[in-house]
Formats: sequence, C-alpha cells, structure tokens
Amino acid sequence: MQVSNNGQSSFTSKLMLYGGIAVVGLAAPLLFPAYQAQMAELWLFVVFALTWDLVGGQMGYNSFGNVVFVGVGMYACAVVQVGLYYEVSEYTDARGGGTEFVFDQGQYLTGLVAGLPVAALLAALFAVVLGALVLSLRGHYFAICTLGLGIAMGELASGWEWIGAGSGMTPAEPPRSMGNINRLHYYLAFGLAILTFCAIATLLRSRFALAINAIRDDEDKAEAMGMYTTRIKVTAWTCSALFLGAAGGIYGNLKRFIDPTETAFSGATIGVWMVLMAILGGKGTLWGPIIGAVVFQITKELTWTYILGWQRVALGVLIVAIVVFFPEGIMGRLKILFPERFGHRVETPDEAREEGR
Amino acid sequence: MPWAPDLYLLVSTPGLTLDLIINGILIGAIFALVAYGMALVWGVMNIINVTQGEYVMLGGFVAVGMWHAGMHPLLAVPVAAVLLYALGLLLYHVVIFRIVDRDLFTSLLATFGLSIILQQLMNIYFGGDTRTADAELGRLVFSVDGYRISVSNIKILAFFLVLILGGCLYVFLKRSRLGQAIRATAQNPRAARVLGIDTNKVYAATFALNASIAGAAGALVAMAYTIHPYFGLPYTVRSFMIVIVAGLGNIGGVLAAGLGLGAAENMAGFLLGVEFQIAFVFGLLVLVLLLRAWWLGRKRQYLK
Amino acid sequence: MTVLLKVNSVSKTFGGVVANRAVSMEVEKGTIVGLIGPNGSGKTTLFNSVVGYHPIDEGSIRFRAQEISHMRVPQIARLGLLRTFQQTRIYGGMDCVQNMLISRSMRKASFLELFHRQTGEGVERAENLLEFVGLYEKRRLLAGDLSFGQQKLLEFAMALMNEPEMLMLDEPTAGINPTLINGLIDRLKRANEEFGITLFVIEHNMRVIMNLAQRIYCLAHGEVLAEGLPDEIRNDKRVIDAYLGAH
Repeated sequence: MQVSNNGQSSFTSKLMLYGGIAVVGLAAPLLFPAYQAQMAELWLFVVFALTWDLVGGQMGYNSFGNVVFVGVGMYACAVVQVGLYYEVSEYTDARGGGTEFVFDQGQYLTGLVAGLPVAALLAALFAVVLGALVLSLRGHYFAICTLGLGIAMGELASGWEWIGAGSGMTPAEPPRSMGNINRLHYYLAFGLAILTFCAIATLLRSRFALAINAIRDDEDKAEAMGMYTTRIKVTAWTCSALFLGAAGGIYGNLKRFIDPTETAFSGATIGVWMVLMAILGGKGTLWGPIIGAVVFQITKELTWTYILGWQRVALGVLIVAIVVFFPEGIMGRLKILFPERFGHRVETPDEAREEGR
Repeated sequence: MPWAPDLYLLVSTPGLTLDLIINGILIGAIFALVAYGMALVWGVMNIINVTQGEYVMLGGFVAVGMWHAGMHPLLAVPVAAVLLYALGLLLYHVVIFRIVDRDLFTSLLATFGLSIILQQLMNIYFGGDTRTADAELGRLVFSVDGYRISVSNIKILAFFLVLILGGCLYVFLKRSRLGQAIRATAQNPRAARVLGIDTNKVYAATFALNASIAGAAGALVAMAYTIHPYFGLPYTVRSFMIVIVAGLGNIGGVLAAGLGLGAAENMAGFLLGVEFQIAFVFGLLVLVLLLRAWWLGRKRQYLK
Repeated sequence: MTVLLKVNSVSKTFGGVVANRAVSMEVEKGTIVGLIGPNGSGKTTLFNSVVGYHPIDEGSIRFRAQEISHMRVPQIARLGLLRTFQQTRIYGGMDCVQNMLISRSMRKASFLELFHRQTGEGVERAENLLEFVGLYEKRRLLAGDLSFGQQKLLEFAMALMNEPEMLMLDEPTAGINPTLINGLIDRLKRANEEFGITLFVIEHNMRVIMNLAQRIYCLAHGEVLAEGLPDEIRNDKRVIDAYLGAH
C-alpha cells in the first residue's frame, strides 16, 4: 500500500513498472491473437479482485455477493445493446438472434458505448440500495447474507421472462464485418482494468483509505471517534460496484451468452474466484489482488483443459489449500519477510535521534 | 398477480392448506435436526459449517446407493451415520483442526471449499440427476372437508425418527461424559483444558457427531423426498437461518423454527411456483438477517 | 463556571437487572471529575449511556445544554464528547501515525473531504502528541504490536488528536506499569490545563483519583452514593463501607 522510499529511484522504478505493464498490455493481443479472449478475461479478473479487495481486504467486509453487481451489469449492458434497436421481449422470445435481429457495426458500437455506463451506474445504484440494508450486518453475517443475495438474484433472473428467464440471453451479436471482436473486448477490458487500478490507487492515497482500514480494525472505535461508518461502507461498496458493473457488461459480451446462474450470478465460479484471487495475492494490498488474478488466470488456463470434469473439485481443493495454508497471500508473505519495504518498521531510539527529531 | 388464484384456492380449501402444512412440518423436522447439528458445531467450535448441507446430501447418496444394491434404504440410516462420522473425523484431522482458532471468515471459506469438493465428487460419481430411494412403505390417505390428503408413510416415519434422534442427541449432551466435556468446552475452552479435557478430541468428536446426525437425516431425506448433488447449500442456509432465529443452544426454538420454516417454504412453493422455492429460501435468509439486524439496531446493537 | 455535561436521573436496566437508577451528576467545564465505585456499580454503563452506546430507559443527558440521549455514537462524538474504552481499542493493523491521522477531528469537514489526498498536514501534530505520551519512537510500529500499556497511551493520544471538548476515560491506569502511572497523571493534568479538555474519569486506583480529580462521584448498586471533594469522599463512611462490602 505504501511505498516508503520516496525520491528519484522509486519514481524511476515506478515509471518502468507502469510503462512495462502498459506496453505488455497493449501489445499482448497483437503478439498472441489466439489467446485474446483469455487475456481479456484476465483483465476483467483484475477488476474483480481489485474491487473485491477494496471492501473485503481494506475494509474487512468479506463479501460473497459482489457477483450481484457483475450480473446486474451484464444484463443491463445486454438489455441496452438490444433495446436501442429492438423490442427486448421479442428478442429474448426468439432466444437471441436469428435473422431478424442483426446489428451493424455502428449499432453494435453505439450499444456498447451506451450500455457500459448504464451497466456501471445501475450496479452502483444496486450497491447503494443493498448496501444501506446489508452493510448494517457485520462480519460473517454480512458474508452469508451476501451469499444469499447472490443466489437469490440468480434465481430471480431465472424466473424473469423479459430477460430470457432460465434460458438466458445473448448480448448483441457483432456483425461479421468487424472481424475478431475479441480484440475490441480485450482493449475494453484492459482499459477498464487500468481505470479501476488508478481509481483504487487514488482512493488508497486519500484519507478514505485510513477510514476503511479503521473500520476493518475496529468499527466500534471508529464510530466512537465520530466516524459515520455506514456512509463510508456504502461508499466503498458503491465504488466496487461501479467498476464491477462495467466489467460485467464486458464479460457478457466476451462470453456471448448470459446464463442467469452460470454466468451472470455465478457464485460458484466468479463469485468465489474473486475472493480467492484477492486472498491468493494478499488481502488488503494494492498489488496483491492483481498478482492473485494473474496467477489464478494463468494457472486456470494452463490446467483447466487437462482436468476436464474435475475443474470444480480442483477449485474446492484450491480454496481449502489457500485459506488453510496460505491465508496471508503472496503480498502478505512478502510483507512478513521484508517489513521495511512496506513502511512499517521497527525503530530503535538511536535511529530516531539520528534522524534529527 | 399470478399467485392470486392460488391464494384464493388456499383460502377456500382448508384441506389443501392442511395438506401443505402437514407436509411442510414433516420436512421441517429434518431442517431442525440439521440445524441443531450446525448450532452444536457453531457453539462449541465457533465454526459456521457450510458443509452441513453436503452431509445431508452424502447421507442421501448412501441410502440411494444401498437401495440400488438391493438393500432396504432404512438400513442406510445407521450406515450413513457411521460413514459420515468417519468422514467428519477425517475432515477434522485433515483441515478443520488447523482453522478452529482462526477467525470465522477463514472457517467459512474453508468449509465452503470443502462443500464444493464434496458436491462435485458426488456429481462425478452419481451424475447430476435427481434421485430417490424408495422405502416402499405406502401412503396414508384421509380426507378433510372432502379434500383427500395423502401423506407417504416414510415421511411420517422420518419425522418421528428425526425427533427421536434429536432427543437422543439432547440427552447424550446432557448426560454422557463426552456430552459434558463438549458443553464445558463450548463455555470456555481454556478452562476446560486446564481441567484436563482434551479439547482437540472434543472438537473432533463434535465435528464428527454433527456430520453423523446430518448424514442420518440425509438418508431419511433420500427416502422421503429427493436428492441431487447440488442441494446441499439450501440445507446449509436453512440451518443457518434457523439457528439465527432460534439462537444457539435453544433446542425448543430450533424445533419450532425448523417446523415453521418447513411449513412456510411449502406454502411459498405452492403460491410462487416450485421454481421460486430456492429463491424463497435465500430471499428469506436475507430478510431474516435484515430483520434481526434492524431489531437489534433499535437497541443500538448488532449481530455478533 | 458553566455545566458542560448534565446527567439528570438516568436509569438503565438490562433485562431486569438495574445498572443505573436515577443517576444525576454534573461536570463543569474545564474541570477534572472522577467517578468511582465498586465493581459492578454501573460506572461503565453510565459512560456507555452518555456516549450513546445504548439507549437509556429514563432521564436526560445534556451536553452543552443540548439533549444527546437520543443521539447515536458518532453524532455525540462529533459534538466533542469522546470516550476511551476499558478494554483499550486501537486500530491494530495500522501504524501509530495512521491511527493518529484518522483520529483527527472531522467535525467541520464535509463527507467529500474524505477523498482528498493525504497530505503532510496533521502529521506534525500527530508526532507531537505521540511525543507527548512517549510513543514517538514507536510511531511507525503497527499499533497491534504495541504492549497493552502502550496501546492505552496511544488511545489517549488519539483522543487528544480529535480535540474533544470533553474526554471520558474508562480506567486509564488499569494495566499500566505502576512506575508509569505518575507520568500518566501528569499528562492527564496537562491535557486538562494546556489543551483545556474537561476530563471525566472512571478510576479504581484511589491514589490516582484523589490526586487527579477536583470533584468525585461515587456509585454503588447503580445509584449515586456520595459526591464531593476528594477529601470529603475519602472520609465518607458510606463510601468506605461500599468498598469494603459492608453495604
């Protein structure tokens, strides 16, 4: 979270780090065009993990239900994409497409441009309303309540005919003339990940970061010191939801099909993955969730095809192994090994005097 | 309102209402027993065990497996209890003992992982179909107000077996040496250790005992109702809800909440349609938690 | 002298157990007032009632002539009435300076100011106050790694950082190394004199409270048993009986 050594050298190394990521991120789809979809997914996972950690890691409110915002964003974006040009209920009745429902290039792009902000804002609205209710619960009650929320939303979506009910919904199909659409999705996902990172990094440099850390450490104390904790909690969750909603919109387009319980409100896949990625990388750190997402997605893509049918068993084993044996995560482990690099140091009285205090 | 005609039907046909309530209460007893087990582990070990529903599912598959092998599924009740006791011990000694004294979220997530493993393994071995084990005990039929109510006998038998099991567990906890050790550990593990109780053994026994009860209940579920690999989580959530409403260590409350939940769920399933029954369970969970929080919030407290 | 805090016949029961019965007391601005009483006499309950931790059954609590008994904890804290906890509470996962910075008073700040970038502002004051309680050397340590006594000092410093008008301390010397107690009394007095903070202190250590307080209230069985100057309390037969259990 903090970089202790200010000054020129850290500035240069930061510049190289960010520059390197930007170059790799921009060039990757050109170098490995066959893996664009997976790499786009990776950037979306970075968004999932980063936003989960803002609330789960930095604020200590472990949510199993952030998938709600992904699902809301996914449906909202798809509905806008379709609804701009066709009647949504007719579209879903026809089970997504056929020859009557085609989108030309302009329509597809307009749909995306309009759909993503709507997705983000609607998800944020959900977070404000749900948060005002659910964030009055603490600890594991919050965790279990959000788990119930995610599943209930999935079941509700499965019963809502307008958005295709249990048979799901297809977001607008891009025209063939647009070529491999995954490249567009990749850059959208990459852009969103950068945006999310910048927003959260900025947030973590503000007083707000101290406030949510204080809530994590002792919420009663924070209230006793005059902090309106509910407002702060809802704000943090809303920030998460904003980016998750947009990420959900992109994810739906990337997957090209929205199943209410398997893609949109899928607690058993992305819902758990985002928790796992954040913990794997290190809860409560800025870079931890990013590292966790990268490690997770690469491992998943490398091994998933070899363990066909056993993937979810492997996921379960992974959860147990990480939680039981590696709860501090990669960044947490580094923090224990090199505390000075993270700004928390043990100072002897001599040192303090030398600094000319 | 699509359910308005159903509601009218319900009001105008007391027999139907009675039918729904009876069937709901019969399954509600099973909810209560499973919840009692969850409360035990929660109270003693401070772990919210998400695998609770998977124990029920596994016990159910024991019954289905034995029935397919040509045995009477009722025999599966003790067999499932024994097998799941073993599984509980195994899980304790491999995973749970490492997280007993960690925070609740750790155990929540770890048992969540275990539950995924168990349900996926069952899915691989038995497939994702809905299954049942037929105990071939026939049905009890009687009529109220001209409405024919038909209840299968195995549901009634399961109801009473569950009550007996719960009663035995209650007496066991009150009277036996192990039961006393469990209750002592629940109140103050450190003091219990000072007094020479091996809390590690107590935890293992508690965890396994819970698995065994839930497994026995699951065998009954497989006979009286249906099972499939993914129906564990709703059972866990029901148990959790019941424990929240009744509180830890309140067996009368657990029974009442369980029976009430069973009846309410059956009614909701009829009114909203069976496809919304699961949504109802999870929605009710959210509602129960929020109501509880709101109630405490008036006293400026919160759920701890 | 103006009355800063006025507690008027406050009663509070917990499921039939009476914790406070018709308790009335006054704290004048700029003074140090002590609150003593045997274990279970309702001292902490009274503190909790005053800071809005739980609703009271009857009575009124006024701070600066404003009724606060219906208010919630953060609202009351923002009026400038702060408390410390008996089981010391600090933010264990943050270092001491961060603990101090987040304790800065936000009374006049709007919600949006939370999102301003952290600046050096406040750091100097935080470090000065840490110096004041003797924790300057530990300022970059995680607060959770401090000893219990040090955490207590940190909590005191955090309270000062908030610039309260009145500070309610729940057993400030419990668990502190006896050799440091004199230093603490001195600091409490300086906080009162230099920063002008009115203090209301629960204390078990008679030597400390007699030294510190200008006026003392004694609670027993949830009711005010006696009030007066330290010398009067010291020689009050009822107080002595209450402490010796003859009551």
